[in-house]
Amino acid sequence: MDALPYTTTVRPDTGLTSPKLGIWLFLASEVMLFGSLFSAYVLLRSGAPVWPDQSATLSVPLATLNTVILISSSVTMVLAWAGAASGRLSRYRLFMGLTLLGGALFLVVKWIEYSDKFSHGLYPSTNNFLALYFTMTGLHAIHVIAGMVVNAYLIGPGARMWTKDHLRFTNRVEIAGIYWHFVDVVWIFLFPVLYLL
Amino acid sequence: MNGSPSSGAAHAVQIRGYLAVFAALLVLTVVTVAVASLDLSESATVAVAVTIATFKAALVAMFFMHLKGEKPLVFWSLGLTGVLFAALFAFLLWTEGDRLVGTRFLDAFGNAPKTAPSEGVH
Repeated sequence: MDALPYTTTVRPDTGLTSPKLGIWLFLASEVMLFGSLFSAYVLLRSGAPVWPDQSATLSVPLATLNTVILISSSVTMVLAWAGAASGRLSRYRLFMGLTLLGGALFLVVKWIEYSDKFSHGLYPSTNNFLALYFTMTGLHAIHVIAGMVVNAYLIGPGARMWTKDHLRFTNRVEIAGIYWHFVDVVWIFLFPVLYLL
Repeated sequence: MNGSPSSGAAHAVQIRGYLAVFAALLVLTVVTVAVASLDLSESATVAVAVTIATFKAALVAMFFMHLKGEKPLVFWSLGLTGVLFAALFAFLLWTEGDRLVGTRFLDAFGNAPKTAPSEGVH
C-alpha cells in the first residue's frame, strides 16, 4: 500500500512533490531556530563592555579543516544523488559512504576541539562567548548527527527501495541532500562569526 | 524531478558544474581566513566575512540544493523566512540603536533628565 501521495509526481496546486515542499518548510523553521541564536550572539556581543579574543580562544586551523571537510561532504552528497539519478549504484554507494565519512570526521574534529577547551577549564559557564559557542556548535553538531542517521539509513536498509521504486528513492536522496547542504550552510556562517570576527 | 540528469553528456556537464562550485567554495574559505588575518578595522572585517559567507551560502543553495530553477512556492516560503529573519535583527537595532547613536532621553516635559542614563547597563 502506498499511502503517501505526491512523493514522485508533482502536486498540481503546489507545483512540487510533497517531500520537496516539506523539506523547504522545515528548513525555513530551522533558519529561524539558528537565526534566534545568531541574534542572541549579536545582542550579547554588542552590549558587552569587553569580549574575548575569539580567534585566540578557539582553534582557527581546526575550524578551517572542519569547513573543508563539511564542504567536501556536501559535494559528495550531491554526487551521490547524481549517481542515484543516473542509475549507477556503485557510484551512489561510494559517494554516500564518503558523505558519511565526512560527517564522522567533522564530529571527530569537533570532539577534539571541545576536549581541548574542557582541558583548559573553558566551559559554557565561563563567559557569554563560550556559552554561545557551545550552544551554537552543539546544536549544529546535533544536526550533523541527525543527517548522518538519515544518510546511514539511505545507504543501508533504505537502499532496498533502489530497485523497488527507484524514482522515489532518488527523491529521498535529494531531500536528505537538501537537509545536509543546509547543515553545511549553517556552518559557513558559524565559522567566521565564532572563530574569525 | 528537478535537475535530473537525462543523458550521459548532460550528466557529465552537471558533475563538472558541481566540482566548479566545490572549487569556488574552497577558494572563498581560504579568502575568508586570509582577510580575517589582515589588520582591517572591525567593521570592515565583519562586512567582508558576512558578505563572503552569504555568497558561499548562495552557491550551495543555488546549485547543491537545486534552488536554481525551483518552483515559485519554495521562493515564497523562503522570502517570508527572509523577512522574519530580518525582523529578528531589526529588533536588535531598535534595542541597541539608541546606545549606538547616543539618543538623549527626555522627561515628560521635554527637558533633559537631571541624571543621564548610566552607560553600560542595558
